[in-house]
Amino acid sequence: MSNEKPGTDVSSASEGNLLPERFDDPGLPEHKARLTDTDPRAAKRAELQVVILFGISIVGTILAVVAYAVIRPGETVESIRTSTLVLGVGLAMAMGGIGLAAVHWAKTLMNDHEKVEYRHPQASNAAERAGALAALKDGAEDSGIGRRGLLKGAVVSALALAPLGFAVPLIGGVGGDWNVSKFRHTLWAKGTRLTHDPSGRLLKASDVTIGSAVHVIPDGLRDHEEWIEEKAKAVVLVVRLDPRDLVEAEGRTDWSYEGIVAYSKICTHVGCPVALYEQQTHHLLCPCHQSTFDMADGAKVVFGPAKRPLPQLPITVDDEGYLVAQSDFLEPIGPSYWERLK
Amino acid sequence: MSQQPTNAPRAVSGTADYLDQRTGIAKAVKEFSRKIFPDHWSFLIGEIALYSFVVLLLTGVFLTLFFVPSMELVEYEGPLAAMNGVEMSKAFESTLHLSFEVTGGLLMRQIHHWAALIFMAAIVTHMMRVFFTGAFRKPREINWVVGFTLMILGLAAGFSGYSLPDDVLSGNGLRITDGVVKSIPIIGSYMSYFLFGGEFPGTQIIPRLFTVHILLIPALILALIGAHLFLVVLHKHTQFPGSGRTDRNVVGYPLFPVYVAKAGGFFFVVFGVLALMGATMTINPVWNYGPYDPSPVSAGSQPDWYMLFLDGALRLMPGFPEFVVGGFTVSLNVLIPAMIVPGVLFSGLALFPFIEAYATGDKREHHVLDRPRNAPVRTASGVSILTAFMVLILASSNDIIAPIFAMSINDLTWVFRVLLFVLPAITFWATKRIALGLQRKDRELVLHGHESARIVRFAHGEYVEVHQPLDTHERWLRVQHTPERPIPLLPAEDDRGVTRKGYRKDAVRARISSFFFEDRIEPVTPADLAEAHAHGDHTELPGGAGHDPANLVESAPSSTGGALGGGPNAPHDA
Repeated sequence: MSNEKPGTDVSSASEGNLLPERFDDPGLPEHKARLTDTDPRAAKRAELQVVILFGISIVGTILAVVAYAVIRPGETVESIRTSTLVLGVGLAMAMGGIGLAAVHWAKTLMNDHEKVEYRHPQASNAAERAGALAALKDGAEDSGIGRRGLLKGAVVSALALAPLGFAVPLIGGVGGDWNVSKFRHTLWAKGTRLTHDPSGRLLKASDVTIGSAVHVIPDGLRDHEEWIEEKAKAVVLVVRLDPRDLVEAEGRTDWSYEGIVAYSKICTHVGCPVALYEQQTHHLLCPCHQSTFDMADGAKVVFGPAKRPLPQLPITVDDEGYLVAQSDFLEPIGPSYWERLK
Repeated sequence: MSQQPTNAPRAVSGTADYLDQRTGIAKAVKEFSRKIFPDHWSFLIGEIALYSFVVLLLTGVFLTLFFVPSMELVEYEGPLAAMNGVEMSKAFESTLHLSFEVTGGLLMRQIHHWAALIFMAAIVTHMMRVFFTGAFRKPREINWVVGFTLMILGLAAGFSGYSLPDDVLSGNGLRITDGVVKSIPIIGSYMSYFLFGGEFPGTQIIPRLFTVHILLIPALILALIGAHLFLVVLHKHTQFPGSGRTDRNVVGYPLFPVYVAKAGGFFFVVFGVLALMGATMTINPVWNYGPYDPSPVSAGSQPDWYMLFLDGALRLMPGFPEFVVGGFTVSLNVLIPAMIVPGVLFSGLALFPFIEAYATGDKREHHVLDRPRNAPVRTASGVSILTAFMVLILASSNDIIAPIFAMSINDLTWVFRVLLFVLPAITFWATKRIALGLQRKDRELVLHGHESARIVRFAHGEYVEVHQPLDTHERWLRVQHTPERPIPLLPAEDDRGVTRKGYRKDAVRARISSFFFEDRIEPVTPADLAEAHAHGDHTELPGGAGHDPANLVESAPSSTGGALGGGPNAPHDA
């Protein structure tokens, strides 16, 4: 609590009803001395603390350098962990020690009398503004741009067009062949065999038991030059349901084989691999944004941000009992894009 | 010590003379070395952002010396037994190499990643400080926009760096990015090719992100930090309100030595803390995720925290708004959460200073900060935007939260869908009320003083509690601000019945202005205080204003030291 008498300014003024609109700024409060300002022993103590903190920093540096030389990450996870820990703690001490020392020094020992500096309005004064304006006007006058309309048009056009010489090669080259119709096709074709992902082992219809789900890639994927791009489009999830549970749309009744259905694994929302299959409900969940598809009912969306069902891959079996595709997907897989249906 | 007093100074003065002869640096030293900066803990938050950036540059240089930004496939051979023989890109392999075979490599990687998270956290918190104290007001609107741009660049820096190790988690993040980009009407497919140099994932994205991450974005950030700090120096720092602090001065300590020690030291503190985090806390253990493969994905996968709000928005959006028009597909179910929601939130944030200036019609410079309570609608708007961000962040963790509460993830998603609209409205209303309540409390304090817990009984039997009036410094803090008032709307027609030009525009402005400032509490004026005293309410036991002090009786004479009419606790004469 201050010892000033509060409220006196008000009551004295109230006598004559000449109260100011606002209270007056009482001005900077008095400086409060710190213990280190008044007690030389406290100051000495603070100085010692600062010295110790700098000392901790030096010890930390030594620790880090020694750790670098002595603890090398070897064959074991343990050695990596120890190396990281000791080196890091040394570095933390080296840095933190300096920091704490400097801050403690400033807070306890440096002069802490507040000082006042005056601000100036940001705006220039009228004379400066007039000067600036005159300078620009003189410059424009000297250039003659105001009088020569054709020149003005020419300089603007040239400047506007010049970036094209840089931008066209850049933009032209950056998108590869710009052949966006590749989105429409995958490696699946009539007769392509279904194989296990990632082993490439062929998949027989008899391998797929009711209730199971198999991650599938097309046979021969790895032989393709751009197999990662192709894999990103061609991954399929195969599940086998009790044929009585299966609801099949008209025209798609021959797309499955004895309750085995194959759907694109690429979410129709933004393209995550849809990988969590719940056998009880026949629901397939995308772990990224929780779009949920009903595998028993045309993979239609039952929840989440996706709008469209997962595209179905028509399958059958070949003479040897292996699962094969009847054709490519009949619609583009994955997320929607502007010209998807064109 | 004192035997050679001139040696060191001679070297110093020699160097100084050399430099000054060639640069005239003495002028700058005179101008800036004792420049005054105000002190407040909240001013450190921006420094944390700056210093984490420096740490990012230092550790980043270390990492570039070992990281290979290539998507060429190789088979791993190295100390990590679980990965032996696994096919992976050179980017992933070199990440494993620098983590496990370069001494200090894992430490630098972890410090770098932690520093990135802290960098973004500090930027956001610093923005909150600037927002809630109104530091963005004239003349600092431009610097607000510079800072806002830095935040966006920080997001881009984080995202591009996060994707570099080419692990399965960040790879799926890139795939989501690809899906979002494809949803852009007309140019979406081409934008996807623009980014990936062909079909996703291609072989270009990692080298491209590398260039973006280590050259383009850091250069832009550095340039904008330069502009940001230049403007801070040009404007001189804002200061919190208090006695002796005005819009025409700056009160604080000189740059040299106080802030050289404090701010310089704080850099080392930040570095030390980040080093400790890198040493003790594992972050982004990509060897557990494995190299990128387009097929697998794991549940419970979240991006780094600053991207959570986008992921959350994607999760909350229902699928129905996708539609086809004229054969073209418009994926509003992706565009709304990925572009429109962040667009609205970010534009609101970026434009707020200009909206508020429009509502106040105020053209003065402001250098004394607002106490958040004194700008209720601004504070409420900020809290409201933050609430929306928080809901989106929580929504992005719905697959982690749902099991904790044994809830169906679908129900939880619905809860968040509702909360996204309801909570910001509630927090807006509540914050505004709380701010107004705090202002009322300030008024109350100024008018009636502190409760002293001293009960006094008058001779005629009345009990009152003695209130201790505020000293002038305490009072000044509560009355110093100039309240904004709504801009009045002039009538639509002048005296002769002619319709006034620009009436409509004025009406809109008046409406915005009244939304901001209709509800307000005016600070106490000297007249208010005099009136409170004159009414002789039982605050200060005014002498002669109705009660005769001689009639007072202490209700608990032994409880307080001061006797009536004397001693430090005695009621003051008003």
